[in-house]
Amino acid sequence: MSDASTTKSGGIPNPLAWIGRGTLALFAEIGRLSLFSGRTALSALIPPWNLTQLWKQIIAIGFYSLPVVGLSAVFIGAALALNIYTGGNRFGAEQFVPNIVVLGITRELGATITGLMLAGRVTAGIAAEIGAMKVTEQIDALKTLSANPFRYLYAPRFLAAALTLPILVLIADIIGVMGGWLVSVYALDFDSTTYLRNTIDFLTMEDVVVGLIKAVIFGMVIALMGCYQGSKSSAGATGVGRAATLSMVGAAVLVLAANYILSTFFVQIGI
Amino acid sequence: MTQPILELKGVQKGFGSNHVLRGVDIDVAPGRSLVVLGGSGSGKSVMLKNALGLMTPDAGKILFDGKDVTKDQGKAREAMRSRVGMLFQSGALFDSLTVWENVAFRLLNADGMKRTDAKEQAVETLKKVRLGASVADLRPAEISGGMQKRVALARAIITEPDLIFFDEPTTGLDPITADAINDLIIEQVKALGAAAVTITHDMASARKVADEIAMLFEGKIIWRGPASEIDRSGNDHVDQFVHGRADGPIQPAL
Ligand SMILES: Nc1ncnc2c1ncn2[C@@H]1O[C@H](COP(=O)(O)OP(=O)(O)O)[C@@H](O)[C@H]1O
Ligand SMILES: [Mg+2]
Repeated sequence: MSDASTTKSGGIPNPLAWIGRGTLALFAEIGRLSLFSGRTALSALIPPWNLTQLWKQIIAIGFYSLPVVGLSAVFIGAALALNIYTGGNRFGAEQFVPNIVVLGITRELGATITGLMLAGRVTAGIAAEIGAMKVTEQIDALKTLSANPFRYLYAPRFLAAALTLPILVLIADIIGVMGGWLVSVYALDFDSTTYLRNTIDFLTMEDVVVGLIKAVIFGMVIALMGCYQGSKSSAGATGVGRAATLSMVGAAVLVLAANYILSTFFVQIGI
Repeated sequence: MTQPILELKGVQKGFGSNHVLRGVDIDVAPGRSLVVLGGSGSGKSVMLKNALGLMTPDAGKILFDGKDVTKDQGKAREAMRSRVGMLFQSGALFDSLTVWENVAFRLLNADGMKRTDAKEQAVETLKKVRLGASVADLRPAEISGGMQKRVALARAIITEPDLIFFDEPTTGLDPITADAINDLIIEQVKALGAAAVTITHDMASARKVADEIAMLFEGKIIWRGPASEIDRSGNDHVDQFVHGRADGPIQPAL
């Protein structure tokens, strides 16, 4: 038999060759992404900072995400309260609704929902913007004008996302808890004062901080995926569209993976 | 012989199995205008990007003012770039900034100039490319293609560079606007005393702006001579290109 290790021979592709190539490509991609992330983080940490760009990005990433984050949080909080009530009902534990809502929102859902919504709104937006700049030679133009894209484009987005995500998550926490309270009081006949007192009694600083630390990491992931995919997007509208899609899917998966890893870590250290 | 401002020695660049540049040798003397001809996809833009350090050659050297800048990074690279202007094929204006902020980009960012001073200088430079102060506060998307080219030209000349690259400056413009852009390029390059490297496939532009013409084909410079000799090059490839014939040694890129 002749050498049939590649698909060229027309038969079934050799699965080992396929897996080998895939693995190599994956490691190469992880390497490039890590290098890109490292350079972006360094540019973000070491002054001088481009404050004009940073402020623009804080508005674009933080302020304009408020409606999306607020709406998502109120619905998640409301649905959570309903489900805990129904589930708790089965063994007479429905009075724990406020406790579980505040725990679930602060430790987990506030950050995750904000992270996922911004993986859509912000990551895809960054990737499309940077991608369009790449294919219209604006990134090359930046370099010839002695502006480093890492400092001028990527670092401000990275910093803005890492700084504003915790604030957005804090707002999502408040609105999420409020969503649970609304449903409990108006649909499930909870007493408003008791509900709020239970919420406050059960609320801990640690749970809130866990969510906020997650938020910082999610912010970094969201900005990095958008910048990275945009910066290597290929020519044409399809290239930019592809970059936006890839970045969004990548950011969403990485947010969930990071959430799991961070949750494990916090449980391990006993917070 | 004077020291060339720019010299490419055996520059090679490929993307996977696509060997675009296969040993490009060319040089430009200070204050001279060189036009490089070549078909679409022949690697003209890639050649410029290697010269500017936007791409690193796989082999060969780039000398700027006699100094090897092939692998330069950071400060050394900035030192070269501050003396070079570039007009991109697509204009490459920053669409989030106003016209004057585009023109003054280097002054505002790399040089840290005050905004009022930078704007004054930008408006002054816009005047040189026949644009009034009224366009200064518009965005690139609000002005015509010909005006965008002028703004890009203003951005390339504002810091009075010693060498300017023009990547197909007239592509996508009607013949009259194209001619006006050519006139502006000649006028401004002369006024600065700068050297110019223009790449184009537009023969009318080439005749107009060139002191010297070279032809890039299959990754190499296959002919070079004074602009006045382009019609008697004695080279079949050049003849075919000059007369725009589909049949000849060069296969049309379809
Ligand atoms: N960044 C890149 N990655 C891969 N291939 C490229 C890249 N830039 C240019 N090429 C390829 O190099 C060849 C020459 O391109 P270019 O220099 O843009 O041609 P032109 O002479 O029309 O300016 C083309 O085949 C193009 O596909
Ligand atoms: Mg080109």
